[in-house]
Parts: sequence; C-alpha cells; structure tokens
Amino acid sequence: MGSMDEINTDVIQGTLDMLILKTLSLQPLHGFGIARRIEQVSRGVFKVNPGSLLTALQRLERAGWLDAEWRQTENSRRAKFYSLTRTGRKQLDIEAADWTRRVSAVARLLKAEG
Amino acid sequence: MVWRQLTRGLRGVFQRRAADQDAADEVAHYLEQAAAAHRARGLSPAEAVRAARLELGNATGVREQMREAGWESAFDDGVADLRYAVRRLRSAPGFTAVTVLTLALAIGTTTAIFSAVNPILFEPLPYPHAGRLLVIDDRSQDGTALDVTFGTFRELTQRSRSFDALAVLKSWEPTNTGTDAPERLNGQQVSAQYFRVLGVPLVLGRDFDPADDRPGGARTVIVSDALFRRRLGADSGLIGRSITLDGSPFTVIGVMPHGFENVSAPSAEVWTLLQYDPAPPSFDAREWGHHLRMVARLRSGVSVDAARRDLAGVARTSSAEFIRPPWASLKSGLLLTRLQDRLTETVRPALLSVLDAVLLLLLIACCNVINLLLARGAEREGEFAIRAALGAARPRLMRQLLTESVLLALVGGACGIAVAAFGIRILVALGPADLPRMVAIRLDTRAYVFALFITTVIGLGVGLVPALHASRGDLHAGLQQASRRSAGRHRTRRTLVILEVSLALVLLVGAGLLVHSLNRVLALPPGFDPAQVLTMQVQVAGPRFGPDSVTHRHYAQALEAVRRVPGVADAAFTSQLPLSGELPDAYGVALETNGGDPQHGDPALRYAVTGEYFDALRIPLVRGRYLDARDAAGSARSAVISLSYARRVLSGADPIGRRVRFGSDTSWLTIVGVVGDVKQSSLFSSDDAVYVAAPQWVWADHARWLVVRGLGAVTALAPALKQAIWSVDKDQPIVRVGTMTTWVAASTAVRRFTMIVFEAFALVALVLAATGIYGILAGGVTERRREIGVRTALGASRREILSLVVRQGMGLTGFGMVIGLGSAALASRALVTLLFGVSTLDPVTYAGVIVLLLAVALLACGVPAWRAARIDPAQALRTE
Repeated sequence: MGSMDEINTDVIQGTLDMLILKTLSLQPLHGFGIARRIEQVSRGVFKVNPGSLLTALQRLERAGWLDAEWRQTENSRRAKFYSLTRTGRKQLDIEAADWTRRVSAVARLLKAEG
Repeated sequence: MVWRQLTRGLRGVFQRRAADQDAADEVAHYLEQAAAAHRARGLSPAEAVRAARLELGNATGVREQMREAGWESAFDDGVADLRYAVRRLRSAPGFTAVTVLTLALAIGTTTAIFSAVNPILFEPLPYPHAGRLLVIDDRSQDGTALDVTFGTFRELTQRSRSFDALAVLKSWEPTNTGTDAPERLNGQQVSAQYFRVLGVPLVLGRDFDPADDRPGGARTVIVSDALFRRRLGADSGLIGRSITLDGSPFTVIGVMPHGFENVSAPSAEVWTLLQYDPAPPSFDAREWGHHLRMVARLRSGVSVDAARRDLAGVARTSSAEFIRPPWASLKSGLLLTRLQDRLTETVRPALLSVLDAVLLLLLIACCNVINLLLARGAEREGEFAIRAALGAARPRLMRQLLTESVLLALVGGACGIAVAAFGIRILVALGPADLPRMVAIRLDTRAYVFALFITTVIGLGVGLVPALHASRGDLHAGLQQASRRSAGRHRTRRTLVILEVSLALVLLVGAGLLVHSLNRVLALPPGFDPAQVLTMQVQVAGPRFGPDSVTHRHYAQALEAVRRVPGVADAAFTSQLPLSGELPDAYGVALETNGGDPQHGDPALRYAVTGEYFDALRIPLVRGRYLDARDAAGSARSAVISLSYARRVLSGADPIGRRVRFGSDTSWLTIVGVVGDVKQSSLFSSDDAVYVAAPQWVWADHARWLVVRGLGAVTALAPALKQAIWSVDKDQPIVRVGTMTTWVAASTAVRRFTMIVFEAFALVALVLAATGIYGILAGGVTERRREIGVRTALGASRREILSLVVRQGMGLTGFGMVIGLGSAALASRALVTLLFGVSTLDPVTYAGVIVLLLAVALLACGVPAWRAARIDPAQALRTE
C-alpha cells in the first residue's frame, strides 16, 4: 500500500476485537467514534481499517457481545451506536487477561537476550 | 447467542433490503464522520470526502464483507445457484423434459413398489407388539400345516405356558335381515379371547364374555366400524339391542375402532362367539374336526423358540385330562409361525423379486440420466472454462452442477409422486386377490419420505459423476481445445451404456423365465376340462333350513330349475370347487382293513356332489362307475375315490367294493368307482379325494357350487341360471359367479402378477438401454463430424461409415451383453422359488433375450449411423 519507510499503523492481528470491546467498555459509540478513539488513545500507533472495523462490529453484535442501536444524530442522520453487553464485558476480561499473559511472555523473552 | 444468530440471519434472508440498507447507512455515516474529521483538520470539503473514501476503500466491497459475516450468505449463494440452475434447465427444455420424465418414471415406479411391499413385508402388522402375534398349526405326518381342532385349542389354553392369550376362528357368512334389504355379511366365529390376542380394544361397548362361549350361551356380536355406520346408522344407542342374523337374534355388544384391520380376514365385519362345547360328548363331534385357525399372543419376555419348545413339550406328553383322538394326536408336533410370516408366505418371494427388479430399473434410469448430464456437460465445457477463468472456485462449480442435478431430481420426484399414485392403482388392480393388507397399500408419509430420500440420493448421485468430470483437470484448456478433454467423459459414458445393457439383459432374462414358467404352469392338466363351464356359489341361510331334508329339497329343486334353462348341457352341485381359492375341505379317511381295526388315514378332500358333477367337469372315469341316482338318501352309501388315493392306499389292489369312512363318521361307504385326479388348491398339488353323493353325506351343506356345462357361450347363461335358482327361493344369496377358466387363471394370480410387473420393467429397461446406446452414438457422430467428413473425403464409402458407427454401438452392446449374461445367470437364482419347469439357465429364454436385445440395439444404432453416412464432407470440413 505505502512505501517501505512508512510507519506500520495496522492493528496487531487478532487484537481488533479486544480493542473494540475495551473502547466500548467506557461508553457507547458509533463506528467512526470507535476508530477515532482507538487512534487517539494509541496516540496514532494504530489506525483502524474501516472495512475491518465495520465487519468486526457486525460479527461481534451477532456473537452477542455488543448491542446495536440506531440513534438520531445531532444533524438528524441515522447512526448505529454500539454498546457492550454483559457477555461482551466477560469476553473483554478473558481477552485482556490472555493478552497481558502473552505480552509479558514476549517481554520476558526479549529481555532474556540482553 | 444462537437466537440472535438465527433472528439476524433470518432478517438477512427475508428482509434483505432492510438489512442491506442498514449496512449502507452505517458505511455512509462512517464516511460522513471521517470527512468531517478531515475537514476539521483543515482539508477542503472535496478533499476531505476524497480522503475519507480512500481510507475506506471500496464501499460496495465493505458492505459485501459486512453481509458475509453472517451464515445467511451461504444461503444466498444457494439461492443464486438455484436461480441459475432453473435458468439453465429452462434454456434446454428437451434435455430437461427427457431427464425429468426418466426420473419421474423411475422414482414413481420405485415408490409405488415400495408402498406395496413395505406394509406387507416390512412394516409390523397394525397391532400393539405385533411381533408377538403367532399362528399355531397342527402338523401332519408329512410336515405340512393343518388346521387345528377345538380339542387341541382347549388343551393348549390349559397346558401351554408361553402365551398371554390364544384364540381360534373360522369364517362365518351370516345374512342380516330385518331392517333394509337382506345382506350377506362377511364375518368370523371366534373364541372369546380373539380381540385380546390382537390387542385391539373396542371403541364402543364391551368385549366378548368368556362365559357365553359355550353351546347355548348368549348370542352376541361385535361389529366393525364400517358395518356400524352402514347397517346400524352409527347409533351408539344400538349397543345392547338385537339384530337378526341367519334368522336368529344376536345382541350387538361392541364396535371395533375405525381403521381396525382384521388381517386374518380383511373383509370381515361381524364377529360372534364360536360356542363350541368345552367337553364334547364324543370324538364324532365338530369339536374334533380340523377346521379352525389358531392365533396366539406371545407372553412378554418369552422367545418364539421357547414357545416352540413349550408346544413341543405339550404335544409330546399327553395328559389324562385331555384325551386325544388318533387324527389329532399331535404325534407330529405343532407348528408355530409368526402371523406376519404366515400371511405373507405365498407372496413374499414374488414381492421381493419385484422389489429387486424395480431397483434394477432405478439403476438403469440413473445410468441414463448420468449419461444425459454428461452429454450436456460436454456442450457446456466452454461455459465452465469461462466461469473458472473469471474466478469461480472448483468447489463452487461442483456445487452449481449438484444444485442442477438435485433440482432435476426434485422435479422428477414431484412428477414421480403422480406416477406412483397411478402405479399403486395399477398394482392394486393387478395384484393377486390374496395379497394381504391391501388397504395398507397407499401413498402415505412413509412413501413420501422414501420418495424424497431416493430423490435426494439420486440427485446427488447422478450429479456427482458429471461434477467430478467438469472440475477435473485444467479448466482453462476448455477454452482452447474443446475436443481433447472429452476422452475421460467418453470412457465414463461408454461404461454406463455397457452397464445399462447388462442390467436390461438381467431384467429381460427374469421376465422371460417368468413367462416360460407361467406357460408351463398353465400347461399343467387341472384334471378337468374348464372350457364352457360356468360356476356360482349358491347358499342357503335362515331357520327354515334347519332340517337337512329342507336343504336337500331346496338344492334338488334348484337343480331341476337350472336343468330347464336352455343351453345347459350338464348341471351339478358340489360342496367344494377345484381351484376356487377357498380353503380345502379335507377329512381323515380310513380304509377298512381285512379284519383288524381301521387305521386312521391321512386327510383326503371331501366332495359332496350330485350325479352329473363328473360329466359337467369331464373328470375321466378310471374304473367302476360314477355316482348317480342309485346313490340316494336311503340307499347303501357309496363313494368314488381319486386315482392317487387308490394308488397310495391300495397300492394296485382293486378298490371296488372296499370300504372307507370319514374321520368321526361311524358308518362305512363302499367304493364304487375311481376317477382321475383333480387339482384342488393349486395346479401343482394333487391331493387325494373322496366323492360322496350329497344326499348320502352326514349333513346338508349350506353353501354349494353350481357347476354348469353349456352348449355354447356360457357366460351369457348367468342371469337365466340365477333366475332359475331364485324361482325356488328368491331370498337365497348367489355369490362368486365365474367361469371355470377364470378360476384356473386366478389360481396363478401371484405368478401372473410377478410376470406382468417384470415384463413391464423389462420393457422400460429395454427402451432406456436403447436410448442410452442411441444417445452415446448420436453424440459421438456430432463430435466426430469433422473426422467422418475427412474419411468420406478420403474415399470412405457410405457403407464403411455406416459400419463404423454400427460397429461401435454393437461393440458396446456385445460387451454389455456378455456381462449381463453372467449377471443374469447369477441373479435369476433369486427367482428360483417363482420358477416352475424352467431352469434358471433356460437356453431358449437366454437365446430369445439375446436376439431381442441385439435387434433393439441395431435399431438404436441405425439412426445415428444413417446420419453419419449422410454427412457432407465439404460442409463438415468447413464448419469447425
């Protein structure tokens, strides 16, 4: 897509679901809101691919981890707001714990070298 | 979660537009927000929109991706496949029609045969725990089953330990009078436990009271639902009231449920108690005659083998309480058979072979359809290549082809149901009269499930071969060179044609053997001359016929009246008619020995006849004289015996003047003549027979067959004969009118039925095989147009081209026939029980079948060969 020296801003494979769940654990948001929040909080390290995000939202909603609700926005357009369900919250805990375990393992491995 | 998946998915299917709109709105809203963010960062509105679009990528693609997140997208693909399949099939109406027709015929016929065979052979009888229902027979010295005596039944009820209930029964045909027109009813006299044995409770009223089941007990009847509606107006107030049967009052005590099937006598509508004497005064009483059928319900947890041992034990050890006469001594033991096996034993081999035949037919039809699909696959090679080039994955192409074949099969199956409905009607009309459970032969849920099952299997099965062919190898090659890749497909198609020819040959051989057998059977001498003989059963009923003299006088007067009818040559009455299909009427006949005690002989058929009986049926006299006017009521009692009896019992000695007596009858009859053997129960069995003059018999039979030999066409005499009999008493029923020739034919009904079914199937198989040969040759000629053109251009004569194609076709046929001959030799062994007088390797049949198949194959080769020979080389070379 870009040139060689362009910084990689792709979301780490397999973490998109967790990032979405974490973002929504704070407040309900629509698709673009989620993308912007992830970008802001990660200070621009991650830029979410809109296609992947919207598909993931669809999938998570089907799985019952998110609830979706169509709301009228301030400029009277229809927007789909997502919020975390109870099972979604449980799923977030599972994924976060798993992630922490794996990251610390990777960190240990990297440290062992030096 | 599952619920959410399901509801969202269903919304995706059924509210596709709304679901798509939601996705579109979400994507649009995202774009808007993203553009707004870009604008806030300082981009111009146009640039902001462009940047947002760039980030998102292909908006349609995103919407598509969102849609594919759910399971319903697979369903959408299926719908698309189906739509495409419908379009493809509609664009080739000829192909579709031929395929659907073939499948409809095959599925329909198979379903029809299944619907007939399943309830008879495989489904349990319509009673609770039907597997526990058994039939108990007395066993004769030669091991055959014999009706039981009431005495044996009574002993078994007391001494056997393996049964919940036992019952004996015999048929009963009372005339109902008093309300509407008199009607002859079909019924049964049963012992009190009969319905307990069957395990079917009454729907109204009460069951028989065992206390009534003795001579002089209360006369009660239980009626079928049909009779309750037809004759009694379905009035439940009638329970406890009385109806008149054979002139006596009977109290209606109960009604059987609607749909109750009385398998031992499907037409029975009324049941009464047997009322036999539990302590008969002597062995001469009817209680000791072999004329009852016994049914039993096995106790739960007892095996049939255990019950068999139990019965053997009872038979072996006699008890002082139950003294047995010599003819019911049980010294040969008792026979125990499952009720279902007993009911189906005469038709089982025929039905199983018909089932085999229809499966062969189904296989041939499938070969034909696969061939058609393959031929069509060849035409569509380019289409598949293009689709593959455009990115269709191989599994997707296979799925498309399977969708098409399953769709074809489903349409064929739907039409097949109509074929099956029609086929069942034919089967029932054609079926032998003794086919059990006729009412259960219908298109029911099981038949539909079966049809759907074979339809699906066929749809997938026939689709698989072409699908594998289409997906095999390099699809791209199809774009370049169409003719190269067809080699594998041709091999498959040739194999299929060979298979079809061989299967058709198997069916043809089967049909041929059955035709031969039937001819052999019909060539068996019945022992009488059936031509120009009309018969009818003349019955008498009612209290008026209590005294035997009245009955004898009635029949004598009726015979006088019949003799006066113009066109009657000979007329006589007989107590039983050869080949009428009724249960044989036999008694143990003892021959007087010189001095010592008469030994109790084996059963012989008993015919109580009037003088002209032998003339009417042209039964030849071997020695002595026929019965005639000399053998009147008061005179010395005479008998005429059959040749087989004379040979067996007297072994060459002169029988004239010797004396015989029947089972319990104490007085002797002097043998005055010997006549030729007559076939009674079937054209095969030649049983011993003893003829007695009707007025000299122990009792007066209340149902006798009138046998009339006419001077000319005899069927036309029927109305005049009936009028003559009714001129004596207009209230007496006349039933079962038919010529002797029809009885002879009816006695071979199972054979005839099997033969007709095989003939029909073999014919269809022949046509299918011929179309198979034609199809592959015609396709080959079209594909090899150019080659044939070149050959012709290089100087090949028309005859050479003709023989080129014919050789190919006949080569396939010959190969198929060789395989078929081997298979037929093996497969026809399954028919062995149905064959008579014909070997399974009958050379005449095989030769005939070979000639027939060769002729038909030649015909099928002819048209494509002729077309090949007409190819104009110039035109053929120019076209490709």
